[in-house]
This record gives sequence, structure tokens and C-alpha cells, in this order.
Amino acid sequence: MPKDSTIQTILVIGSGPIVIGQAAEFDYAGTQGCIALKEEGYKVILVNNNPATIMTDSNFADRIYFEPLKVDVLEKIIQKERPDGILATLGGQTGLNLAFQLSEQGVLEKYGVKMLGSSIESIKKGEDREEFRQLMKDLNEPVPESEIVHSVDEALAFARVIDFPIIVRPAYTLGGTGGGIAINEYELKQLVSGGLQESPIHQCLIERSIAGFKEIEYEVMRDAANTCITICNMENFDPVGVHTGDSIVVAPSQTLTDEEYQMLRAASIKIISALGIIGGCNIQFALDPKSKNYYLIEVNPRVSRSSALASKATGYPIARMAAKLAVGYSLDEIINPVTGDTFASFEPALDYVIVKIPKWPFDKFSTIERKLGTQMKATGEVMGIDRNFERALLKAIHSLEIDVLDLQLSGFGALSEQQLEEKLLEQNDERLFVLLELIRRGKEISELHEQTEIDLFFLSYLKRLVDLEKEISSVNLELVTKDKLQLYKEKGFSDKYLANAWNTTEKTVRGKRKGLGIIPSYKMVDTCAAEFAARSNYYYSTYFGENEQFPSSKKKVLIIGSGPIRIGQGIEFDYCSVHGVFALKEQGIETIMINNNPETVSTDFATADKLYFEPLVIEDILNVIEAEKITDCIIQLGGQTAINLANELEQYDVNILGTKSATIDVLEDRKLFYQLLEQLDIPHLQGDIVNNPEELLSVVEKIGFPVLLRPSFVIGGKGMETIYNKEELDKYIESGHARYPFLVDEFLHAVEAEIDLVTDGQYIVAPAIMEHIEKTGVHSGDSMSILPAQNLSESVQQKMLDYGKKISQHLQYKGLMNIQFIVNNDNVYVLEVNPRASRTAPIVSKVTGVPLVQIATKILLGKYNLSKYDEEKNLMKLPFVCVKYPVFSNFALKGLDSKVSAEMRSTGEGICLGATVEEALRKVFHAAIKPSGKIVLNEDMELKILDGHYPIVVSEDESLLTDETIAYFNTSLLPGDKKLREIATKKRIMTFTEKESLLAFCQALTVKDFEVNAIEDWHLLLREDVTI
Amino acid sequence: MKGYLHLQSGDIYEGDWATSNPTQNIDGEIVFYTGMTGYQEVLTDPSYKDQIIVFTYPLIGNYGINEDDFESKQPHVAGVVVYEANNESSHYQATYSLQHYLEKWNIPLLSHIDTRAVVKKIRHQGSMPASMTLEKEVNEMNNDHLLEEKVPNVSDKNIKTYGSGNKHVVLMDFGTKKSILSSLLEKGCKVTVVPYDTSFQTIENLNPDGILLSNGPGDPKQLSNILPTIKKLLENYPTLGICLGHQLVALAMGGDTKKLLFGHRGANHPVKDEKNNVVFMTSQNHSYVVDEESIKGTGLMGRFFNLHDKSVEGLSHKHLPIQTVQFHPEANPGPCEGAYIFDEFFQMINEPKRSAALYA
Repeated sequence: MPKDSTIQTILVIGSGPIVIGQAAEFDYAGTQGCIALKEEGYKVILVNNNPATIMTDSNFADRIYFEPLKVDVLEKIIQKERPDGILATLGGQTGLNLAFQLSEQGVLEKYGVKMLGSSIESIKKGEDREEFRQLMKDLNEPVPESEIVHSVDEALAFARVIDFPIIVRPAYTLGGTGGGIAINEYELKQLVSGGLQESPIHQCLIERSIAGFKEIEYEVMRDAANTCITICNMENFDPVGVHTGDSIVVAPSQTLTDEEYQMLRAASIKIISALGIIGGCNIQFALDPKSKNYYLIEVNPRVSRSSALASKATGYPIARMAAKLAVGYSLDEIINPVTGDTFASFEPALDYVIVKIPKWPFDKFSTIERKLGTQMKATGEVMGIDRNFERALLKAIHSLEIDVLDLQLSGFGALSEQQLEEKLLEQNDERLFVLLELIRRGKEISELHEQTEIDLFFLSYLKRLVDLEKEISSVNLELVTKDKLQLYKEKGFSDKYLANAWNTTEKTVRGKRKGLGIIPSYKMVDTCAAEFAARSNYYYSTYFGENEQFPSSKKKVLIIGSGPIRIGQGIEFDYCSVHGVFALKEQGIETIMINNNPETVSTDFATADKLYFEPLVIEDILNVIEAEKITDCIIQLGGQTAINLANELEQYDVNILGTKSATIDVLEDRKLFYQLLEQLDIPHLQGDIVNNPEELLSVVEKIGFPVLLRPSFVIGGKGMETIYNKEELDKYIESGHARYPFLVDEFLHAVEAEIDLVTDGQYIVAPAIMEHIEKTGVHSGDSMSILPAQNLSESVQQKMLDYGKKISQHLQYKGLMNIQFIVNNDNVYVLEVNPRASRTAPIVSKVTGVPLVQIATKILLGKYNLSKYDEEKNLMKLPFVCVKYPVFSNFALKGLDSKVSAEMRSTGEGICLGATVEEALRKVFHAAIKPSGKIVLNEDMELKILDGHYPIVVSEDESLLTDETIAYFNTSLLPGDKKLREIATKKRIMTFTEKESLLAFCQALTVKDFEVNAIEDWHLLLREDVTI
Repeated sequence: MKGYLHLQSGDIYEGDWATSNPTQNIDGEIVFYTGMTGYQEVLTDPSYKDQIIVFTYPLIGNYGINEDDFESKQPHVAGVVVYEANNESSHYQATYSLQHYLEKWNIPLLSHIDTRAVVKKIRHQGSMPASMTLEKEVNEMNNDHLLEEKVPNVSDKNIKTYGSGNKHVVLMDFGTKKSILSSLLEKGCKVTVVPYDTSFQTIENLNPDGILLSNGPGDPKQLSNILPTIKKLLENYPTLGICLGHQLVALAMGGDTKKLLFGHRGANHPVKDEKNNVVFMTSQNHSYVVDEESIKGTGLMGRFFNLHDKSVEGLSHKHLPIQTVQFHPEANPGPCEGAYIFDEFFQMINEPKRSAALYA
């Protein structure tokens, strides 16, 4: 069927701020969806309050609303824009739930908005446990014995009928939030009561656990004509029991016979047809490893994290196709953009192996419970592609940016077997490395299989890798033959690992390897296993066989991406990388992207001219640079990951556009940095580098408490701590967490602010200053901030610009720079300078309309100089206010205290725009503000503005933390308070741990209602303002 | 031990023997299969008789070889080429490893070949004669076997009867896959498998309700001597033709067949059924196709078409109860969405004879 011409305007719902379970994959899906709709000529209205996304850029939608993702707000937008259709299946669970509510409340009907893609009934059948189970029963598709419960008593009654373990799954939650496996009545009670609270409809499914079965997923698509195809299937390394988002996943399945593959494929097609899905759908099965029995675990009637992975794993753009199907096309009418001549009604055939490994936040927070289960904990993921499993796995490991040398996790060599055995049973994020270490110690894989139920297929490959490790250690650089070195490379061992094993340098190994002609070939991801000629631009390296990639003679620039999403380095850097690509393309330069994150827009093969899916380590980057004959490279867009490569790249004579490593060192090495500031007469806080506990003590004595301990070259304030007294300091020293050397700074409790500027070394463009709401001591990523600054004097603001300009000119800096300041009365101290794009660069760009990344990229190319007229854009007077706020995933990370500190813990951010600060804040807290409820404070304080709003209770009683509590305030560092906050987190009560945050909330309460406005409306005001 | 794959194009690929070294050079037509699972079914599908098969999925052997998924009693390929032969199978059903099984049948398995490069070569130059050798140098390739008639070597010599039921289907065996027989038996009928050259009289004496012309290897035109028998069968019985059987129907009714550059072998070929207006994925394995132009005036009509190259994927007849498919509705390996063809076949059988207009 051709496209639906009865509709002209489509409302697309985004997934909002990044939380665990809903991350960059929905920006990828949303961006693809918006592009697909715009190219069909539809007017796209987008609502998504996540400013770090690419989809919320003016290129991708006609009207963009950074408004709270709540049903009443959506109604306002619908009322204003009167869209003909709504597309909700690209916005994750958030989008789906909103569409569902819009339908339930009659909004869609009232305004005549057509639900595009799957119908509400279809979504409901897939999402509502009861309806779903009934449908599966009708289809004769097996689901584990289960019961829908609305109370703990019902759950206990069910437990008496079937055996433990029992899985608890709350209905309509993200990433399995609140779910888990109970092995006894006590645990069941705990999980069910928590789960009922998590579920927006107070419903849990409890079911017989099928832990130990193979976990297999299918990505399926269906069009309105009932053509169904499976894009790919995937097999989890970890058997059922670990959330698929927390599992190592391979694609395609490796251990299934064709009979089994087709059995589950046929079931998938049967299910998607019965549900009537139009678009993409993810179906998860548990398959008995010893029979053909299987169970359906879950159906996600929308695009998902898995569909992003499947898109990157196969080259088939699921979300893009889903959007086309939603507006009426059928699969046999759409051309597959990879091959350019086959139709979308085609199932990809892979001729390589994909390994995905999750990226967890545990290395940052030692207190989080690392055990993996049904609650997803990973913040991101990486993917490795190769012709063999071993190197696909090693590529993924190389991409993780953890303290690991190929297959050896730092510190594991020193553990006893007993300790390793204990770790193995913990089933945590380190399990892969525990398995490897145990195999290294001679443990039989059959025994490991018994203990973990991980398929022998995977374990046997681990064994082969360990055998190769042994072989490697038995030779050295001189003795190794060409064939053997070729083999070690083919199987994935890094030059760095070989250098370590052979007691030489990585550079020497690289030299020898290249001397022997052992260089990677690049093969194409073409969706069809080479059966048809494809014009794909998507490559992966392999150390075997024919090369398929040929460099063009065009001028080209490599952009190094930012790797997996993690706390402190999120989707904002993907935004920056992608904008760098756009700017380069505009200049007619061939863009080459290297990245390893399957969730992102940067790894959409439609983004750059060529995409290399490779680890972001020097070896693989250099290989691409050499294969493509690249001379220039941009690193300042890819966050700290890319910045940290500067030095190594320069050692290999790669020309870095913009930031050079010497400059980075001056800014990141605290000692050099302070010298620079002193030289430029820019005030900074007192501080010094310490190399050992003795120096730490003496420096602290000199500076006086409180002090801030700051390591260099880190992401998101990793390892940062504020120490208030001698007792804490002693404890810190004793804990052994310290990694010397680091910086000890004076800690000044004052206002923080930051700017993002772009410079050519002469002039700077800094459209706005962001003023933090919370005081110093709270990581900038975890503070709310106001743009433009409202409470800083003209002179203070001017100082910030002057300092920024001084630094830029002195360093002859080119490109983007983020500077953090502390403001104490009229004194402005420079806290840190980040020589790269930042978390806030997308916000400043979007809110002010000044495209910082694009300007920076042009400057980096040397094609563009700023002038004094550009500086007129500085400190723009905005006729509106933007508030940026952090969003936390503490609910998923048991053991993480919600008290904000110098170490960042939020996973995402949102923005709200309003005519006044109060209005913007009102929007920030819109989701939390209910008609009735109470505010619980653990210490008495005067909150005048609250009069008449909500009752305030001052108490330390845990029993007050209930559903009726709309906000909880607790700033204390005492263990008891930590516990109270933990309870509040578990109950999803909004918790303020800084006084300023609470006051901001109170400010929000002074506003009763608000209007919705697209960013374009605000910009219109801005232009009118400027012309006046 | 090193082994070599020689293509007629002159390209040579070096690999390692995963099975023991072959005692002589292995010659065969080289073809590739793109399905990611199903190597056991492919190896034992008689349609691959004497071909050298390249698997595009790089890890072959992961789940071993089991007793349940054979498509015939033995492997028929001449040789197997893979990137990685996984000798450590992991599956509860596995009774052999891939190597062990192939060694038992004396079929060489050459591994560590850049199969993607080989496939690209075949894609450009077509399926061609190839040799698997111990030596890097090779004299003239022996192409004689390519011209040999394959069907007599794979068709069972005896008449055998399976199952029971009201209806009786005669399955003409040109190298049938076990799954075709199973698909029929699942419908609760009696099936008599007869050799490919069985006479019309013999079949008539069996008193069948319907005829199934099976898949099989090679060029359908080599079977010209049996076309009169097939024509007679078509005129007298509801008939389903699969793969080679489909091509033979076209030839028997006066149509023509031609060879594709490199054929269709995989589990992901989209086919459109124009009668029901549906698109579905099919399992395929063929080098020859029915020439669409040639069926004009034969009474046959194109019903199924390949969405990639628009080639004919199945025919029906204006008056006679005939249905043919180029793809494999019996699946194994591959998707089973085409299985409704068997239902249609039984509808034809169950309807009163000669009400052919219904099938138009």
C-alpha cells in the first residue's frame, strides 16, 4: 500500500532523559523515524525533553517541544498543533505508555489523532500481562506458569502451588525495574511489594523461574499486509535469569539447529501477526537446552534496545523501516537502503559474528550491588564484529574501557581459587573474566557449565582463547612465526597484550606485525552475506582474507566517537560527533566515523560517509587511519574517551585538528593547569598535587578542611571526594581507594557556573552562562542549572568571558571548550577547563540557536575564523529561561546513595523552558507535583513559599515514606539517613539531598499551570527581541 | 595440512583440511548457501549432488550432526568449504561432530577459506566448476562430471509405501528430501515413493489421488525422456511440483527453463504469491528457473514470483489441478511459511476430479 495521504502532520513522542533501560537507542530510533517521515513530506512535531539527543535538532523535526512527557502536557501540544497522526512506538516504554494513556483518556479521539503503526489494542495485547497470556494460550504458545497479582497475599498463594525460584515482573516498567527472582517467601514478599509500587498499574506477574534455559531473542517486523520478517535472532551468553540488557549477547544464535531456529522464528511470526503489530517487535524466548520445549518470556511491541543492536548487527535499519510501515507502506514496496536494490521484505543473512557486552557503572561506585538479575543495571553497551567469535568478543572487550588487558581483568591474577569460585556464583558483571581466570587455572569447562549453565559452545571458545594465551606466553617477539602472529591477530589478541606478554612495547609489536605484512582487511556489513552487490559504507576489520575497502582520493577527516554510554559520558557526545560529521559534510569533506556503540546515531551507517565499527583504542584507530590514508582527525567531540587518545595519536604522527595533547595536558594536569592560571592572573582555589598519604596530610594541613580530592583525566568526576574532617581523611587513606597522584583542592561552598565556548584562538563565542542551582560539591552533571544565568552580576559574567578568552588566546586553542567556575560574591575562580565538547554544549546550542559544534568543526578545519562580530552573540539576552535538570537511575542501582556529591551519578538530563525561572522549574517538577500529598523533611527548615500547598512533616520516621510523600528532603551524611534515602529511592519518592534543590522545588510550586511552546516559538521571540 | 580451492576462473584459495586429507582431487560445481543454520539439511539434500558447497556463515559445525535432521540417508555434496569448522559441537541431540560425519562419508571439508571472497567471485562470474586439491598447482580441471545426469544416482530404485489414510499420494523421487515425505505424512495420507523413471502405467496401477514431483539435482532438460510420462500424470491427477518437479512440469507442458548466474540457495528469499497477495520468506536451492515468457500458451500461469530478480517461483494451470513451486515449502532448512502449499495440494486432491476451473 502506498503512504497514507490522509495525514499531513505527525506527532512523534521521544523517550525523554536517559535512564537505565532506556538510553541512546531511542535517539537512534527517533532520529531515523523523523528522517523517514520528513522524507515522505510529513510535517513532524516532536516532543522530547532530552536536549542531548540528535532527534531534537531542527534538522529532524519541524516543531520541537522540550516539554514534560506527561499525558496532560501532550494534550496541550496536540491541542495546539492538531496533528493528524501520532507515532509512539519509537519512544521506548515512555512513548508507548503515553500513547496508551492518551487513548485511555480519550485525547486521541477528541482531537481526531490517528495512532500510526500498531494500534492501541495491539500494544495492549503485548503489554498487558493478562491479555498477553490469554492470547498466547489461544495461539497455543507456551508461557511459564504464572499469575497476575495485585497484592503480596495473592503472590504468596501462588507460591504455595508452584516451586521456588519464582520470577517477579512488575507490569509496564522499564528495563525490568523492580523485578527479580525470589528463592523463598521472604524474598517474594519483598519483591512483590516493591514491584507493585513500581508498576504504574500496581500489577505484577509472578511466574515459575526458567533460569538456566537458553535465552533467545528475535527481532521481527510486520506490515499492514501481514508480511512478516525476522531481522535477526540473538542468543544470550548468560542463560535465562540475567536481564538481556545485562547479558553478553551474540548474533546470530550459535547453538540452535535449523529446526530450533525456525521453530522460534515461526512462533515469532505467529505472535506478531496475532498481535497485529505494524512495525518492529522484539520477542524473547527461553529454550530448554535439552529438548525442544520453549517458553515465551516477553514481547516488546515497539523498537527497543535489541532492535538498535539488531540494526547495527545486520545493517537493516529497523526504526526507519518501522516509520515507513507506520505511514502505510508495505515491506515489499520499500528498498533496502544498504543494498540499494533489494526490498525491505528480506531477511538479513550475516556472514560474521556479533558480540555485545554491556557497560556497567560498577567501576565508578563500589557500593552498588553488582549481582545481575532481572533488573537491568547497565548504562550502555559495546559491540564487536568479526568473522570469528573470539575476535568479536575481544573487540567488544577492547571497547569497554575497563581495567583489562585483553582477557585478563586487573587484579584477578592475585585472587585465590576460592575467591574466584565465590565470585563465579555471585553472577556479576565480572563473570566473563572469572570464567577465563578459572579456565586459566585449569578448571574444566564441563564443571563451569554445570555451575553456570552457560552453554559449552561459549565456554569452549573461552578455553581456546586461554590455550592461545598460553601459546603466546611460550614464545616471544623474536621467535614468533608469521603464521602464528597472524593467528593471534586473527583471534583477536591486541598488540598491547602481545607486547605485555613478550615484554616489549606495543609500538614494537605493531612494527614487527606490519613488517610481516599482517594488517587487517576490512569487510562490509551488507545484510546479504555478499549474495548481492551492496553499496554499503559500513566496515569491520578482520585479520583474514580479502580487503573490500578502498580509500578515496578525497580530503577526509576521521571523527573518533565516544564509545559506550556511561555515567558522565552520555549521549551528548554522540550528538557532538554527529554534528561534527554534518559540518564536515557541508564542507565537502569525506567523513569517516569510528565508534563501537551500537545504540547511537553516530554508528548509523547513514550518518558518516564511511563507518568503521571498531574498538576505540590506538591499535584499531591507527589501522583505520592507515587503511583509509587519513591525515586529519578530530577528537574533541568524542568526550574523554577520544581526548585520552590524543597523546598516543600524536606519537604516531596523526594530525589532530584542534586540541593538541600538549594543550590537553596543560588543562588536565592539575599542576600545569594551576601554573597556567597563575601565569594568566586568573584566580583559582588553593590546591596541590599529592603523591602519597604523607603529602596528602601535609597539603590538607596547609589548605584546611574541607578539601576536594580530584583525580586528573577522568570522566564524570570519577573518584572525586569531598573530605570534611580529619576523621574522614584518615578513613579515606586507610580505605586504599586512593590512586596517587591526585589533586587536593580547597573546598569553597559557593555558587558554581559554567560556559561552553567555541574559539579560534582569537575570539570566542559563548552565547550563555549556565548558573548551577546547587552549590559547589555537587558535580555539574548532577546539578540543576539555569540558562542564562539569573543571579550573577554583569561583572562576574564578564570575568568569566574574559578568563575564557585569555585561556583560549594564550593556548591558541581551537574548537570547543567548557569552563567551570566558582563564584563567591564578586570573586570568580576557574575550577576546571575541559578541552572538548561537553555535556552542556548541545543545550547551549539548542536553546540559543548558536550551533557551537558546527562552528567549532569549521574552525578546526582551518576554514573559518571568528570576528569581533561573532562576539556579539556572547551572553545573549534571552526572553525566556531554560532549566537543565539531572535524571537519576538510582532505582536500578541498589546500594547507591542518592546523596549528590562531587562524583556524578545521574544517567541523563532534561530541560524545560519557561517565561520565568519559576515556570521552567514548574515544568521540571511537573511529573512529581500531584494534587495532594505531603513533603517530608528530616530536619526542620522554614519554607515560606510553601504555605497552603502541601503539609510539611519534619520527621526521621521511615514509615512516613509512603505513596503520599511527593518529596523527601534529607541532606545528612549519617548512615541512618543514607538508609532512609535508600528506602525513598526504592519507593520512587523524589528525594532532595541539597537545600537549594528543595528551594527550587518550592519555587516551582508557586506556579499553578503553564503553557507549552515549541523551541521555534521561543526562538521567534528571540529574533523579535534582537531586532528591537 | 594446507588444501586448495581452485575455481575455473583461475582463482586459488588456500585453506586447511578440517577432515583428513582427500586421496584425490575433488571436482564439482561450486555453489554457496546463505542460511545461517541448517548445514546438516543442506549436506544431505540430494539436490546438492556432486556440488562443492560454500557456507557463507563463518562458523559451521556448532551444533554437530544429529539423527533427526537428515534430509536423506547420506550427504550428497562433493565437498564443503567454510571459514571455520567448529569441531566441538555443543547440542544435546548431536551424535557426531561435523568433521567426524563428513569423514565417515569421505567428503572433504576445507576450512579457513575467505568464503566471502569466494562468494563474491561466484556472484560475479556465476556458479562454475571448481576443484579441491592437495596441491597449489592443478592441471586441467575435470568437468565431465558436471554434465553427468544426477537424478539416477539419487533416486531410490525401489517403490516404497509409507503411512496410511484415505488419500494416496505418489511421490516421484528425483532426489527427494525427507521433509517432503514428512510434510505429506503429517496430513494423514498414504504415500508411495516411486523411482523417477516409473511408467505412467505403474503409477496408475497404484491408484493415486495425487502426484508429487519432488526436488532433485541438475538440469531438468536432462530428463526429457520422462516428460511424456509427466505430462500424462498432469492431465490425470492433481499434481504438486517442487523445485526440479516444478521445472519438469513447465517443460512437460511445453515451457522452457534456463540457468541462473549463481542460483538461489538460502533461507531468506522473499516470494510473492500473487493469488493470495502475500509476501513470505522461502527456503531455496536451485540453479535453473522456468522462463516466464516460455509458458505463454501452455496453459500454465505464473503465480509465485521472486521479489529480488522477479523470477518465476511457482505456477498454476488454467484448467488442470496443477500447482508448482520453485522454493521449498517443506522447509528444512529454512522458513516454513510456504507450507500452505501442501494444504492446497490436499484441497485439490479432495475436490472432485476435473473441476479444474476452480484452480485457475
